[in-house]
Amino acid sequence: MTTPEPLTELGRHIARMQYTKRGKVRFLGHRDVARNLERAFRITRLPLAFSEGFNPHPKISFGLALTTGFESEAEFVDVEFLEPIELSTLPAALNDALPTGIDVLAAAWLIDRAPALQEAVTSVVWQVEVYAPGDDDNGSYPADPARVRDAIERALAAEHIECTKVRKGRTQVDDIRPMIRRITLVAPSPTADPVPVMELELASKGVKVAEVLAAIGPFVPGRGWRLHQYIERDGEQHAPLLIDARTSLAGART
Amino acid sequence: MSNLWPRIEPLLAKVEKPARYIGMERGAQNPEHHPGKVAWLLLYPDTYEIGLPNQGLQILYEILNERDDAVAERSYAPWTDLESLLRATKTPLFSVDTHRAAGEFDLLAFNLSAELVYTNVLNLVDLAGVPVRNDERTPEHPIVLAGGHAAFNPEPLAEYVDAFVIGEGEEVIAEITEVVGAWKRGGRASREAVLHDLATVPGVYVPSMYDVAYDGARIVAVTPRFPDVPDRVDKRTVADLDEWPYPKTPLVPLIEVVHDRLNVEVFRGCTRGCRFCQAGMITRPVRERSAEQVRTMVRDGLARSGYDEVALTSLSTADFSGIDGLVAGIIADQAGTGGVSVSLPSLRVDAFTVGIAGSIQQVRRTGLTFAPEAGSWRLRQVINKLITEADLYAAVDAAYSQGWRRMKLYFLTGLPTEMDDDTMGIAEMAKNCVQIGRQYNKQASVTVSVGGFVPKAHTPFQWFGQNGADELRRKINMLRTDLRPHKAVQLKWHDPAATFAEGIASRGDRRVGRVIERVWRDGGTFQEWSEHFALDRWLDACAAEGIDPDWYTTRHRERDEILPWDHIAAGLHKDFLWLDWQAALAEHGLPDCRWTPCYDCGVCTDYALEHVVASAVAPAGGSQGTGQDLADGGEAPVRFLGTRPVSADAGVRS
Repeated sequence: MTTPEPLTELGRHIARMQYTKRGKVRFLGHRDVARNLERAFRITRLPLAFSEGFNPHPKISFGLALTTGFESEAEFVDVEFLEPIELSTLPAALNDALPTGIDVLAAAWLIDRAPALQEAVTSVVWQVEVYAPGDDDNGSYPADPARVRDAIERALAAEHIECTKVRKGRTQVDDIRPMIRRITLVAPSPTADPVPVMELELASKGVKVAEVLAAIGPFVPGRGWRLHQYIERDGEQHAPLLIDARTSLAGART
Repeated sequence: MSNLWPRIEPLLAKVEKPARYIGMERGAQNPEHHPGKVAWLLLYPDTYEIGLPNQGLQILYEILNERDDAVAERSYAPWTDLESLLRATKTPLFSVDTHRAAGEFDLLAFNLSAELVYTNVLNLVDLAGVPVRNDERTPEHPIVLAGGHAAFNPEPLAEYVDAFVIGEGEEVIAEITEVVGAWKRGGRASREAVLHDLATVPGVYVPSMYDVAYDGARIVAVTPRFPDVPDRVDKRTVADLDEWPYPKTPLVPLIEVVHDRLNVEVFRGCTRGCRFCQAGMITRPVRERSAEQVRTMVRDGLARSGYDEVALTSLSTADFSGIDGLVAGIIADQAGTGGVSVSLPSLRVDAFTVGIAGSIQQVRRTGLTFAPEAGSWRLRQVINKLITEADLYAAVDAAYSQGWRRMKLYFLTGLPTEMDDDTMGIAEMAKNCVQIGRQYNKQASVTVSVGGFVPKAHTPFQWFGQNGADELRRKINMLRTDLRPHKAVQLKWHDPAATFAEGIASRGDRRVGRVIERVWRDGGTFQEWSEHFALDRWLDACAAEGIDPDWYTTRHRERDEILPWDHIAAGLHKDFLWLDWQAALAEHGLPDCRWTPCYDCGVCTDYALEHVVASAVAPAGGSQGTGQDLADGGEAPVRFLGTRPVSADAGVRS
């Protein structure tokens, strides 16, 4: 059992939580996930801090949005409480109130003035099934593994990879090669075809999984999973739950 | 039974709002199928967002799943994008709970809340892989059932739906489960046999058990085909709402839906007697839930759902006995939980109700909605919506003075005896409301929403020939022209073409079914959605089927005419309705029988029911409350010539 940390200088109690989005709930949009989390807090009657003003709302700040349809092992949210609650019981309590597939894995109290998730996260690791685009939207099919392997090798060897984007009605050509940190092929099971795992940087404009696949294939994403998010500071990668924590992790699972 | 999820999942990646189809709501049941159980699929023939909050469906879903001999799942109309994918991949319609094929259920039970959804009903039956016409189904196919308000004129769907439930479903679903269970155990032999058995269950109407004879366009007789099938099907009514505290585990959707809040039904039925209102006529008498049970349901429902808003629902919630005390109690119960908003839909138009609304909308002061329904006192007497202008302006003054900045006014146009002066009264009232608001706030504004009136079965206006689309358009244009310079009044209106189509289906007979089928085959689904509605489709279908749409819509019916729904009974005597129609034409109002002597509409006496109200005293405030301001035509002139002797002054307030 962990005990609540003593009050910090600012006297605020902000917990960072890691949660999943697995299975059918992958079809929920980002805002829907937010609504369900807020509702779960009301069901559990945890003492959330609310904003001042005419229309008070709970002080919850979400990390990067996850594209509807993708799953994740590593979603994050920062939640401010009125008082230091027992964090070790938080995951189990919330999970009873959350839809199946959204599971709080762990939580940690943040130090004062921890950078917000949206700005702090520097790279994201994706695992994604690769499909070949069909003649129309309905015709995509799993891509030939050899083609995928070749495309990845070529991409990693290239100095520049052009990616055409339409931004605010204007067509733009970006070089996305600097945003691709690594792509490796990982076999999810001994009999399955290997699946690319890629780490993409969020610096400057960032790049989406679908854009990378389109540029190196062209391929389209099948099912995809966000496996990790990292915060790089002073040349080192850290897990968002550890870097600005002021206490040890409180986990739901052992 | 099969789980279709592996086939559905890849399709969902390609559609808008895929979470419509995943189920998983808080409150969702864990249906365990078994060959010995009767499997119900409850369907709402519109999108998930519209259908999920439907309380009738949620109540039956829970009651059925509590039974040992039944299991129930839900389904909603897939949007057109998913429908195309389902058809292209030959994937059938599925339940959202366990993603089972709809065709594998024993019953497909539809909620018919309105008439323009009929084409969606056919579409869902077809997507389930079941023949749309009931005479083409075999014993392997599910039984197609329908209930809800629109089922009070079941005839337009008589060739498509196997059996209709007339009235409230809480009790009758048990009897239906038993009949269908016995049929299943007997090896599902003859479809005709099980339908015959269903036709003997009180409140169940099986159209194929009746022959309809015509003389030209007129119906001359509706005759049961067997001696044990009743001549007339009477509605089912739950006598005591406290025996049915459902839903106990309200469904909390994962995505945003309409009425996205906890809904607790505080009473059922309404005897205000608004003559245009089918809901008020067919749900009599008034049955209040006890205040104590309401408070418990609100407390448990909020704790379970995580909602921070509750709506106390009914046809006129301010009429609930001791509504102010109830609201205060609910707010007190939620002290220390971060607060709760209480909303009272269907507010009465008076200062008293505004006072209550003010006390409970401390946090979020959203819009207030009033429904005067007609633009002149004369016309409001015709429709028996007895709100004086003084009431309305007092309510509006109270609202603006308490800080509201905008309000919404609902009106109908195309009402019986409506003249242009009455219509223009709508604009007049709107402008006056803005004037009142300006005293308190420079930005005061009013939204006026005008709907075209469609006469409904089992109401005093069932004989009235509705306004054609052109006439409604003319009236709306008159209002538009008049209100154009008044920027503080925003006018909204319902498409007169859709009103016309709704009229065809509302008072149609069996022959209209083929028009609906043709509209559906021509691609006319989601007819309540303006982007999918086209009147030409309906007119072309009428022409192709040799149906004169005007005969069904704009024609005034005659007293001796057999109406297509005369063999369906909501308990209201046809004589009573006719006399109330004559009173309407004479511009006479009729008081609310909850607080005044019975005028014998027929419901309580025929069905041995009673009003269940905690207080025999009318609520404070408003001409429709205690001070029923009938001075301008106060005596109900109706002479009741029903089958039982009633004194001539039965309707007069003592």
